Amino acid sequence: MSDVLLEVVDLSKTYKDKNYWFNRRCVTALDPVSFNIMAHKTLAIVGEIGSGKSTIAKLLVGAELPTTGHIRLNNETLEPGNFKQRCQHIRMIFQDSGTTLNPSLTIEQLLDEPLLLNTDLDESERYQLIRETLQKVGLLAEHMSFYPHMFSGGQKQRISLARAIILKPQVIILDEALASLDPSLRSQMINLLLDLQQQMGLAFILISHNLGIVRHFSDDMMVLCQGRVVEFGKTGDILKKPQHKYTKKLIMSQHFQLLHR
Amino acid sequence: MNLIDIRNLSIELQTTTKPILAVDRVNLTMKEGEVRGLVGESGSGKSLLAQAIVGVLDEKWKVDADRFHWRGNDLMRLSPEERKVIISKDVAMIFQEPMACLDPTTTIGEQLEEAVDPEQLSGFFWQKRQQRKLAAITLLHKVGIKQHEMCVKSFPHQLTEALCQRVMIAMALARRPMLLIADEPTAAMESTNQGQIFRLLASLNQLKNMSILLISHDLENVTHWTNAITVMYSGQFVEAGTTEQIFNQPYHPYTRALVDSSPRANRMIPNKSRLMTLPGSIPILQHLPIGCRLGPRCPRAQQKCVHAPKIKNFHGHQVSCHFPLKDSYS
Repeated sequence: MSDVLLEVVDLSKTYKDKNYWFNRRCVTALDPVSFNIMAHKTLAIVGEIGSGKSTIAKLLVGAELPTTGHIRLNNETLEPGNFKQRCQHIRMIFQDSGTTLNPSLTIEQLLDEPLLLNTDLDESERYQLIRETLQKVGLLAEHMSFYPHMFSGGQKQRISLARAIILKPQVIILDEALASLDPSLRSQMINLLLDLQQQMGLAFILISHNLGIVRHFSDDMMVLCQGRVVEFGKTGDILKKPQHKYTKKLIMSQHFQLLHR
Repeated sequence: MNLIDIRNLSIELQTTTKPILAVDRVNLTMKEGEVRGLVGESGSGKSLLAQAIVGVLDEKWKVDADRFHWRGNDLMRLSPEERKVIISKDVAMIFQEPMACLDPTTTIGEQLEEAVDPEQLSGFFWQKRQQRKLAAITLLHKVGIKQHEMCVKSFPHQLTEALCQRVMIAMALARRPMLLIADEPTAAMESTNQGQIFRLLASLNQLKNMSILLISHDLENVTHWTNAITVMYSGQFVEAGTTEQIFNQPYHPYTRALVDSSPRANRMIPNKSRLMTLPGSIPILQHLPIGCRLGPRCPRAQQKCVHAPKIKNFHGHQVSCHFPLKDSYS
């Protein structure tokens, strides 16, 4: 059994309604959850809109402060607000890759930014690293001087992947990153992600509502419903024998697609 | 009789330099009461084809076809006005983002009443207002909305995405069309809502014998709901046939890749194994390959592929490829 890479203990999030007397009214976005992820493994988080799956992602990357609980990476507690430490190890890819890239910067400048802020490499080393990373995600070194609008949707997604892996992180969060791609590009992207997981020992947290991808891609699976974990276990087991009513409903709703015709 | 029969439809984009052939000789036939899927990735011209059928393309686009028949009438020979009369009576269309298509400043009720066909109302002018209201409510019932009072009074932003799509379908049904063109009706929806909309469309097809042209970018999404499927790639016709033919025995390498690439369709493959893909990406309109546009990405491409292939017909299963995969199944 390999070591636990990321350990999440009793993480929860409630939002206070500021307009209410004494801030007594709270909205619970996420009830306490605990889970562990090993290197080389993928955890899938499944749920409907408002189930708190994006809240988990935001808490893990530090975009939101947790109400309770803590996150430990390699047995070190991640301080809330210490982004220098966190952003080197946990990176995120968003659904719409086109809008997350700054249109006024070239790809080289885009990928240079995280290196400038987080490492003390000199210019030639950074250049070399950007070159290598672009090749890793299946782009060419010539693409460095291009601007984001010159790329197609699939290539943009690759650039955001390059930006995610350039700091050699240990955890990557994919927030619906595969949903908006065309089918043939999506399978290319899945292959690329699986290769990178093999090579770099990455742990993925996959947020998706496509159970077919979840089945193929993930080892463990967590089903969320209104901020509560209703099921957690091996992906194969859950999809074969769902215990909770909500999970059954979710699988039934995609069952017609899963049928092998 | 065929409801719609299109042969060699080409759509050209007129630009200042040279015209771009966005849709290159596509065939489409639909029988009455059929649900046909039109599948293609982004940039395959499937939405253009739908817009050409409805006739809403502006002057920039030049539409040309060898045959463009609607229930036996040649639409290419009619004047735009005559064409509009036929099409607006028999064809309706629903779009991808229902919220964006509804008018945000008026209530659902008013928008529905606007869509009601005045010819279906009978009686004197003082009765018409009431009848119009009733007709709008009946339309809502037809698409399975039970709380019509709440729905009629609300604005589009107050309803969920699935409810808005139902309202759009209700508006489309107002003139009792023979053909409903659904342009990615569930693209931005959760899977539970997707099922609802598809079930509604299927029941409309069975109860009212309405033909549906279901446009989608994902092959496996539509297989359960369609009788027949047409596949397009980058503006060219790829393959057409019944759903079983397309899904179980695709003859074209592109369709084969589409079927194989989805992790859902082949459940037999082990977890985390590599999926089959085509190399490269979809060509952009300015740099289209000559001949078969799949050529540079195709695993079976040979020298012959620089010429566009002719469509071959195997018992109603049409395929446009020089080297179809027909012999690999036996």
